[in-house]
This record gives sequence, structure tokens and C-alpha cells, in this order.
Amino acid sequence: MIEVKNIAKSFNGVPVLKNIDVLFEKGKTNLIIGQSGSGKTVLLKSIVGLHDIEQGKVIFDGTVFNELNFKDKKEMRKQIGMLFQGGALFDSATVEENVMYPLNMFTELTYSEKRDRANECLKRVNIINANQLYPAEISGGMKKRVAIARAIALNPRYLFCDEPNSGLDPQTAILIDDLIKEITVEYNMTTIVNTHDMNSVMEIGDKVVFIYNGAKWWEGTRDDIFDSENEELNKFIFASKLSQKIRDLKNRH
Amino acid sequence: MGLFYHIGKYFLLLFRVFAKPEKFKIYYRETIKEIDKLGLNSIWIVAVISVFMGAVITIQTAYNTDNPMYPKYLIGLTARDTLLLEFSSTIIALILAGKIGSNIASEIGTMRITEQIDALEIMGVNSASYLILPRIIASVIFTPFLTLMSMIIGIFGGWVAGVSTGVMTTQDYVYGIQYAFIPYYIVYALIKIAIFAFLITTISAYHGYYTSGGSLEVGKSSTKAVVHSSIFILLFNVILTQLLLS
Ligand SMILES: Nc1ncnc2c1ncn2[C@@H]1O[C@H](COP(=O)(O)OP(=O)(O)OP(=O)(O)O)[C@@H](O)[C@H]1O
Ligand SMILES: [Mg+2]
Repeated sequence: MIEVKNIAKSFNGVPVLKNIDVLFEKGKTNLIIGQSGSGKTVLLKSIVGLHDIEQGKVIFDGTVFNELNFKDKKEMRKQIGMLFQGGALFDSATVEENVMYPLNMFTELTYSEKRDRANECLKRVNIINANQLYPAEISGGMKKRVAIARAIALNPRYLFCDEPNSGLDPQTAILIDDLIKEITVEYNMTTIVNTHDMNSVMEIGDKVVFIYNGAKWWEGTRDDIFDSENEELNKFIFASKLSQKIRDLKNRH
Repeated sequence: MGLFYHIGKYFLLLFRVFAKPEKFKIYYRETIKEIDKLGLNSIWIVAVISVFMGAVITIQTAYNTDNPMYPKYLIGLTARDTLLLEFSSTIIALILAGKIGSNIASEIGTMRITEQIDALEIMGVNSASYLILPRIIASVIFTPFLTLMSMIIGIFGGWVAGVSTGVMTTQDYVYGIQYAFIPYYIVYALIKIAIFAFLITTISAYHGYYTSGGSLEVGKSSTKAVVHSSIFILLFNVILTQLLLS
């Protein structure tokens, strides 16, 4: 469980996050949705400590993460897996080496144990026969999956995903979403996913937080999102002709 | 923002770079990789430049001293001292600023904008130390060898050019390069190149590490790395010469 209490962040005097309070639950996929530029990435990076916040607290299962000293923070980070918007695989390393990287850095396993663990993770995300390829040689969807494999290599308790399915076709996107959901339940992790994809919301939105202009505007589940009266949220949800059509069809009944 | 802001930020970065490494084995492996990339890969360019510069210095000295008043051994002596004092350290450092400086800044800069540095940080790795320390060690260790090599090849180039154009004999040249030889000049050059190598890697890494934006900014960082490294090499050349030779 991750609690975010009244955090704020600004860049060069321009506020980007405004007094956000939210609770992310364990064993569930918690979604942060919002328009491009609304502050989703900044929120996620503030939670994991890649941005220093100006006020408030980020509490990981009772531990106030943002107030830890450098060393304890580093320890804590070994329990955090993160999937970045572009995958962020290390270009100079092969697929297998990428997944082995955290194991090399933080475990005392033998080489073959590490390789086995890496292959286990790669298999979990359905990457087979690509171990010796470099990131430049695999497709965008594969990169995302390898990045997930790397993120779960150390059995993290917390998983953060920044737009896991942006730039992917709908079918692959759903595959990735389902994978994240399954892993979350399987390892009982607290997972937070940034997205602006309504498909993801319907697929895996156990809990949904809508960010508008750097503030929390709405929160709920995928089941009540369509019934919300929130004007900005409705604008966001029904931006596409397709979703408008679905709403109209629903209203007809 | 001002020069002092950058200098302060540069030293704060260095502070993080010299923190205790997480795992020596991994740092060692990275250092070996960097020696290959930054050092061994520079041998060719250093050799080519040195042989031609040695040749030019010799021929120019020969024509400028083409007068019975000057002894012929002056040619070898001038070539040797020019190479030892300035060329094989300062000029080679400027060449390396272009070659390895831009390489370091663009590699680290690309890692920054593609969030690879964030990925390292999130794993609990000290990214500054992991990315920069092996590069510093590799270049500070390896560049003195490049300088020594440059001296030898430069002097050889001078001999080839001098003898083949007939401006002097082998005996004149060999006598010249041994005449009034001060071994300390070599030490001086090696100290200089090691410090220049430190400047190149840290300044370039600084620009790469603090890149923000996209590929355009990576290009800019890489240019800044080369320009600033070169300026600081020239500045430190004056300071070090005053300190070491006066
Ligand atoms: N390092 C930074 N320095 C200055 N401003 C920043 C920085 N990072 C983000 N911002 C600003 O913060 C705001 C929110 O950006 P953020 O990246 O969080 O958006 P986002 O919701 O993730 O958008 P997208 O869906 O396009 O990824 C933007 O206006 C952006 O310009
Ligand atoms: Mg984003």
C-alpha cells in the first residue's frame, strides 16, 4: 500500500503537482489517468523519489519514503520495479544482460543462477529466443515486455509503469495490460500505472485516479467512471467519437 | 545561469562520483570496457596525427634554420622539445577532447533523455558513480600511454621526413634528439595529460549527465563538452606549466 499525502511539486516556480492526496492499494492495479501534460509522469517520479517533492509525504507500507536518508532510500529502491515510458533498456547490453543487470548489482547469485532467473522472468513476459539481441533489434512491444521482466527480476513489492502501452497496437497493448495485472495479483504487489488509454481503464482499472492540471480531480473504480458527473473527467473519457457512441447507445436503453 | 552555478553543480556531481562503489567487480569490468572504447580506439588517430606533426615540425625547423650559423642538430632538438613539451600532451588532449569528450557526453546524454539513468537510480544504483567513475579511471590511466606513444611516433615521423627530404642526416637528428635532454619533460607531459584527461571526462560527463530534453539537446551537450573541455585544457596548460616548469 502506498499513501500519498498532500504532495506538491513545481518546476522553476510553475506548480505541476498541487496538493495531491491519494491511496494506492496492494494487490491491485491502481491507474493514474489524465491528459498529456497533466502531470502523471511527474507524480509517478515524485512518488518513487526521482523528483524531490516540496511538501507532503509518500508512505510505503508505513515507511515515510521521502524522509529516509540516502542509504535507506537506496535499500528501499531494491523493492521497487519501474517501467519507463520508453522502456529505458540499456542500449549497450543484450536482452538477457538487461534483465540480469539488477541481479548482478544486488545479489550474490552465481552466473548460471542469475541467467536462470533472467530467463524465468523473460518467459513470464513471453520473450523467448531473443536473449542475445540488443534493444535496437527488437520491436517496441518486446522492449516494453523486456523492461517488465527487468523490473520484476528482484521480486519487487512495488511496481510502477509509465504508459506501458503507448505506441503499441490495441492487441499488444491489452496483452501488456493483462500481464501487468496478472503479475500484480501473482506477487501481491502495489502497482501504479500511468495511462491515457481508456481501454486500459476498462481492462485493469481496479482503482482510477484522474489528474487534471496537476490536481486530483476524481477517483473511483472502472465501474463508476462512466457515471461520474465530473465535467473534466467526462470530457477526457468521451473525447473520442467511439466512446461518445457507446455512451449514446447506453443512454438509449 | 552563471559560471559559478555550473562549477558548484560540477563539484557536487564529482562528490557523488567518488562515493564508495556498490560492487568492485562490476566497476572493474566497466573500466576495462572504457579502456577499450576510449583508449585503444584512440591509438590510431593519435599515431596518425603524431607522425605528421613530427614530420611538419622537422621540415619547418629545417627551413627556418637553413643558415650555416645554426648547427644541424638543432632540428632534432627542436622537434623533440616541441613534442615533449606541448604537442604530445596539450595538442593530443585537444584532439581527445573532440574524440572522447563528444563520445562521453552523447552516450551519457542519450542515457539521460531515454530515462536509462532514471532506471539505474530506481534500481538503487548510484548512476553518477557507475557511469562516470570507470570513464575517469580508464582515461586517466590510458592517456599517458597515448602521450608516450605520440612522443615516440612523432620523433620517428620527424626522422622520416627530415631524411627523405634531405634537409639533414640521420646522425644530425640522432645527435639532436639526445642533446641537452631533460628527462623531467616527459614527467611533465605525463602529469599534464593525466590532468587533461580528468578534465575532459568529468566536464563531458557533466554535460551529458545534465542533458534534458531530446536528441537536439544531446547534440548541444556534446558540443558544449568539446568546447568547454578545450578551454579548460588551455587554461590548465598555462597554470600547470607555471607550476611544474618554473
Ligand atoms: N524536468 C522538468 N522540468 C520542467 N518542467 C517539467 C519537467 N518535467 C515535467 N515538466 C512539466 O510538467 C508538466 C507535466 O508533465 P508530465 O511529464 O508529468 O506530463 P504527463 O501527464 O506525463 O504527460 P504525457 O501523457 O504526455 O506523458 C508539463 O507541463 C511539463 O512541461
Ligand atoms: Mg508522461
